[in-house]
Amino acid sequence: MADPMKIRAAMSGDKVEVKVLMSHEMETGQRKDSKGATIPAHFIQNVTATHNGKVVLSAQWGPAVSKNPFLSFKFAGGKPGEKVSITWTDNKGDKRTDEATIA
Amino acid sequence: MDSNRRKVLKGTGGMAVMGLAASAGLFQPGSAWAQAWNKAAFETKNMADTVKAMGGASAAESKEIVITSPDIAENGAVVPFTIASRLPKTEAIALLVEKNPNALAASFDIPAGTEAGVTTRVKMGQTSNVTALVKADGKFYYTTKEVKVTLGGCGG
Repeated sequence: MADPMKIRAAMSGDKVEVKVLMSHEMETGQRKDSKGATIPAHFIQNVTATHNGKVVLSAQWGPAVSKNPFLSFKFAGGKPGEKVSITWTDNKGDKRTDEATIA
Repeated sequence: MDSNRRKVLKGTGGMAVMGLAASAGLFQPGSAWAQAWNKAAFETKNMADTVKAMGGASAAESKEIVITSPDIAENGAVVPFTIASRLPKTEAIALLVEKNPNALAASFDIPAGTEAGVTTRVKMGQTSNVTALVKADGKFYYTTKEVKVTLGGCGG
């Protein structure tokens, strides 16, 4: 299991601003190791953010997203104290979900 | 010891809730589609092909899309991008780096109520045009910006 995500969710005017820092290798499948063998790709493919069971953002990523990916977005309809949940799935089927409380 | 046990319980509880929510169909029908990874789109080499793989015919240039990024990126491994769209009914935002091995870097689905703007960081192999592709009201629009890279992010 991968390390936990760092999630910040805070009110910004009438919207909720969410910032997520994920911990992931994001290996592209283009690099080679010291023996010349290709390092297999290992990257996050799908990210879903939910609030009260409703999807507020979903993303599909390729291997070009940077190592330890950062994501930030804003959505309407959230209130302080409510939870925002983020889930990612990578190309090896690994999965992680973390949540944060809106400040 | 006791606190460890707490953590384990909390962890498994959280997973179970997610599973329940999914099986009870609490998620929007759209999310089932969103869960699938568009392999064809991520294998494309240029924007025209990406648009086709995402289900569009062609894209028009638009000044209503704004790419915020450094003009010169010192480290190609981490280039921050903010893409904002002022087009009404923006449904999806995608980021393409023309000279990367595969053009499409990331795509985001924007449901109603979510601001049409995302920030993320991508790798760039070399100086390249970066295109923000936006799907709004069923049509595709784009804007392009050149970003210079001093140190590539795809080398070994």
